[in-house]
Amino acid sequence: MLDFVQQLVSGIALGCVYGLIALGFVLVYKATEVVNFAQGDLMMLGGFFAFTFIGMLGLNYWLGFAGAVIAMAAFGMLAERVVVRPILGYPQFSIIMATIGLGYFLRSVVGMIWGTDDFKIETPFSQGVLRIGSLVLAYDKLSVIAATIILCALLYLFFNRTTLGTAMRASSENMLAAYYMGIPVKRVVSIVWAISAAVATAAGVLLAPITFIHSNVGLVLGLKAFPAAVLGGFGSIPGAVVGGVLIGVIESMAGFYLPQGWKDVAPYIVLLVVLLLKPEGLFGVHMRKKV
Amino acid sequence: MRFLFKTDYEDDIKLFPHSGYVVSYGILLAFLLIAPFVLSSYLVSQLVFVCIYATVGVGLMILTGFTGQASLGHAAFLAIGAYTAAYLQQYNVPFPVYFLAAGLLTGAVGALVGFPALRLTGIYLVIATISFAFIVEEILARWETVTNGNEGMRVKTLSLFGQAVPRDGPTFYYLCLAVLVLTIVGTLNLLRSPTGRAFVAIRDSETAARSMGVNVSLYKVKSFAISAAITGLAGVLFAHKLSFISPEMFTLQLSIEFIIVILIGGTFSLHGAVLGAIFLVMIDPFLTYLKDDLPGIVAGIAATFGADSITAGKIHGNVAAIASANGLKGAIYGVIIVLFVLFEPLGLYGRWLKIKLFFQLFPLYKRATFKRQKIYVKSERNR
Repeated sequence: MLDFVQQLVSGIALGCVYGLIALGFVLVYKATEVVNFAQGDLMMLGGFFAFTFIGMLGLNYWLGFAGAVIAMAAFGMLAERVVVRPILGYPQFSIIMATIGLGYFLRSVVGMIWGTDDFKIETPFSQGVLRIGSLVLAYDKLSVIAATIILCALLYLFFNRTTLGTAMRASSENMLAAYYMGIPVKRVVSIVWAISAAVATAAGVLLAPITFIHSNVGLVLGLKAFPAAVLGGFGSIPGAVVGGVLIGVIESMAGFYLPQGWKDVAPYIVLLVVLLLKPEGLFGVHMRKKV
Repeated sequence: MRFLFKTDYEDDIKLFPHSGYVVSYGILLAFLLIAPFVLSSYLVSQLVFVCIYATVGVGLMILTGFTGQASLGHAAFLAIGAYTAAYLQQYNVPFPVYFLAAGLLTGAVGALVGFPALRLTGIYLVIATISFAFIVEEILARWETVTNGNEGMRVKTLSLFGQAVPRDGPTFYYLCLAVLVLTIVGTLNLLRSPTGRAFVAIRDSETAARSMGVNVSLYKVKSFAISAAITGLAGVLFAHKLSFISPEMFTLQLSIEFIIVILIGGTFSLHGAVLGAIFLVMIDPFLTYLKDDLPGIVAGIAATFGADSITAGKIHGNVAAIASANGLKGAIYGVIIVLFVLFEPLGLYGRWLKIKLFFQLFPLYKRATFKRQKIYVKSERNR
């Protein structure tokens, strides 16, 4: 029983990281219908920025965190301007390929600048555990879970309660109509990319104590976060987090209870089964095309 | 400029619309036939890879280019073909038998993947095929009695009708070329048949195709099966060419490379698959060449512009350091993909068509001829 709870918590913590990356996918998809395959790599880059600020320049953790988030938000805007904006309105597949290309580029540039070693960021949560009876929970994992809940709540409020959030939802439904309604669609898209890069950075920094960051971490985790987003139904913010947590828990349980090898495949098998039964994901809305 | 006057329905589906095609493809084929005697053995070996990648490209083109179903899981089909060959070869099954068996098995697996894919579109299909590829990769690594797990399998030299066909020899090159040419001709025939028309109809509008009486599910599964089978055949050649296969060769990276092949070549014509394969295979030796020679070239240019020998030496060293940096290849790959998507969405074959039309219509060529319509109104979710 104790093992089970332990595995559950570490699965949820890992799942929250997947969920945070998946949130980035969903944000961009919601606003622009672009599936950003480079989301994991944005997270990786964010982690490296934070490492530079905290580990190399010796800044305070929170200051470094904020600096990395701001720098990455700017980078997200830049990426949107250079890579995505010229091809908005073209078939989805071209945009997927463009973001795959962006991912390649980021991975190898980071490898060239920071090297291909593993890096670790010292955080206030790195050490220390919370003991409840005989249950031992590490602070780094709890911090990930807490941060995910806070970020989700903020984003949910942002999308449903603010004018800018509503504008984003409108432009995701129909860019042209949104434009006619006076919504500055281009700026909205740009801000969405900034937010999604910032969320990715938060994921990267929170992740750093759990797994080390290296130039390929984005690819590895991005490929797990992607099923998470699909599982929850692309385009649903709560869905992304629920999907992420599900994938994380499944992975951690499969790693503990099933023979070796199941850990990596189990999430994908579950995903395929869910897609078979419910092609639009758990929280997705199925819309019919009118002819 | 040549005008083709079509007087018959048959004219519209001819393999060679006019005699120019026969001449140009004849010359190309003749060149390819004498290639092993003219080119260095390294280039011939690269040509074999071009043939294999182009065969996969043609397979993927049927699915992605003509039926409109994206797949990022074709490395798995290649793996199934390769492993079938390696496994059957242990029991001294002759080449023609396991070659066809690999095609059939992969086609069957492709049809199996096609069924769940029926309900999925766009991004969901992409992720489903990625998941499929991951599962296959893991099975290959774990099913040790058949696949020998992560240690990989040795593939013996191909023997055809009692003759050994070494993987570096010209005979193997001819075999790959023959497979490629037959695949292309077969695909062309398929595409001008009712089946091919149905594929294209599904790509252009599923709803319209269905209302015209096309059985969308049946043709989607067919497309998956045919595409997978062709990829499986290429897998057999791939296994023989590498002479050693292991699960980590068939990763997502390889699937992405296949997509790059058709994306860079151009997704609307079979020419694209071949051009893309040439590009992808030849970029490696080209980059190696650049790495060795670029520093000298840049320093030479600097020297001609009046830089003294010390500065030129510094420039030489700096460029050499950048060129030999780890992972530069990945960055160049990424930039190439992005540039193609942004500036040449029709791919290399599209560029060729543009150049051709420019000279045909000179001086009346208009750039807008090939401009694609941007759609901001439709949402891909509402289908």
